[in-house]
Amino acid sequence: MLINHPLLGPRDAQEFTYLGDASLLNRPDGMAGGAAQAFHDYLYLRDNPTGEHRELWYHEQGDRSWLIVTRNVSTHEILKVELASDVALSQGAKP
Amino acid sequence: MKYSAARILWEGLTGHKGWKPVWRDPAPRPHYDIVIIGGGGHGLATAHYLAKVYGQRKIAVLEKGWIGGGNVGRNTTIIRSNYLLDGNEPFYEFSLKLWEGLEQDLNYNAMVSQRGIMNLIHSDAQRDAFRRRGNAMILNGADAELLTTEQVRNEAPFLNFENARFPIKGALMQRRGGTVRHDAVAWGFARSADSHGVDIIQNCEVTGFKIENGRVKGVETSRGFIGAGKVGVAVAGNSSKVMAMAGMRLPIESHVLQAFVSEGLKPIIPGVITFGAGHFYVSQSDKGGLVFGGDIDGYNSYAQRGNSPVVEDVAEGGMALMPIIGRARLLRMWGGIMDMSMDGSPFIDRTHIEGLYFNGGWSYGGFKATPASGHAFAHLLATDTPHDTAKAYRLDRFQSGAMIDEKGAGAQPNLH
Repeated sequence: MLINHPLLGPRDAQEFTYLGDASLLNRPDGMAGGAAQAFHDYLYLRDNPTGEHRELWYHEQGDRSWLIVTRNVSTHEILKVELASDVALSQGAKP
Repeated sequence: MKYSAARILWEGLTGHKGWKPVWRDPAPRPHYDIVIIGGGGHGLATAHYLAKVYGQRKIAVLEKGWIGGGNVGRNTTIIRSNYLLDGNEPFYEFSLKLWEGLEQDLNYNAMVSQRGIMNLIHSDAQRDAFRRRGNAMILNGADAELLTTEQVRNEAPFLNFENARFPIKGALMQRRGGTVRHDAVAWGFARSADSHGVDIIQNCEVTGFKIENGRVKGVETSRGFIGAGKVGVAVAGNSSKVMAMAGMRLPIESHVLQAFVSEGLKPIIPGVITFGAGHFYVSQSDKGGLVFGGDIDGYNSYAQRGNSPVVEDVAEGGMALMPIIGRARLLRMWGGIMDMSMDGSPFIDRTHIEGLYFNGGWSYGGFKATPASGHAFAHLLATDTPHDTAKAYRLDRFQSGAMIDEKGAGAQPNLH
């Protein structure tokens, strides 16, 4: 698979390590009520869908950036690649 | 129809005209006591043990394709019980014991071949770890032997013992491990289940559950609604997809694992050899093909095919371990979809929905577990209590902290 890195262009997927579902960006608030349950769900449960899947890849053998790759897990076709930092900022994270 | 030598002789003399299809092709009835979703190895084994051991009647197995067309036909056929942890080892040893009596139980030749499995050792630390594992196996009634380099050389002289990075310093041997003809496992369980009155319904895809007041009432299928007292789901690879129809999220990711078969060769490999350090394992089938594989590709996939970097990695592992493999031509390669669970261990448990039971999360170790998985799942379905050897396979174990992490890799499914 080739991952079209937003800064570096097409890179071999072998340069990356894989973390999993991009929902892992949305870490629950540890101080909120029901945090134990929220962290269990965050850490251990997955939607694991067929078809389109947004997932986190880390460019370990490259520029060490985290990417959010939208990929069709039924065909391995890569549909969209974004910098995870851009997505986090657009979701209201503080830089 | 019982199989026997006399029967084969008789059929040989009478033109083989007496053989009949070994399972029926029934239309679904409107209601069953127990419906099992998934006509793979585990589902069919569950039906067999439910009918034969637990005396249940009115059972159906629903399969979206044809039986034996899923992962039970896509694995590398290895059986073993070389686990370390208390939650796992008694279960897999129970499974190995069931394998040993399977052909008599089913009256079906599954070609159970106990030629031994060797896990190679390359360092002192690894020897210590394998010694500990071997002791855990013996404590649970399994067999284990620590082999010296010379003993490994006697078993498999063709290995590269002087590899600069991973010289072979011995092995953990389980002589009762080996291989089984995987298709015959599906067919044997199907034939036995059918002969005990189980309806095996193929080309019948489940499209939804009927759940009322927290209790499952049946399943919607491509062949209409089928009512059920209890529903057992055994669809590893697609577990998340099926359980999502019941509104459940699982501690599972689906990953692809590739496997390879070479052209048929004369007997060369005595049993199963695993080269954990190089991510490679190999055995030889009864037809002579070298059956081998390595790691999962490492990303979510439902594609039933992998990518070339893992092919290269497996080939490199093979060449590092046994350079003679370079002379063999590859015949086939394929991928299977694994339920990779968060700790690499399976689930056989009730769900929060009354009457709905789940069996899955087998990671890449489902085939060897087939008989015990069926037995334990049948026990759970019939008695509503977990089988003695499967008590640890709870769905809530991540909440209670009782996870079974053989590899110590944490909640990272692609590392197990």
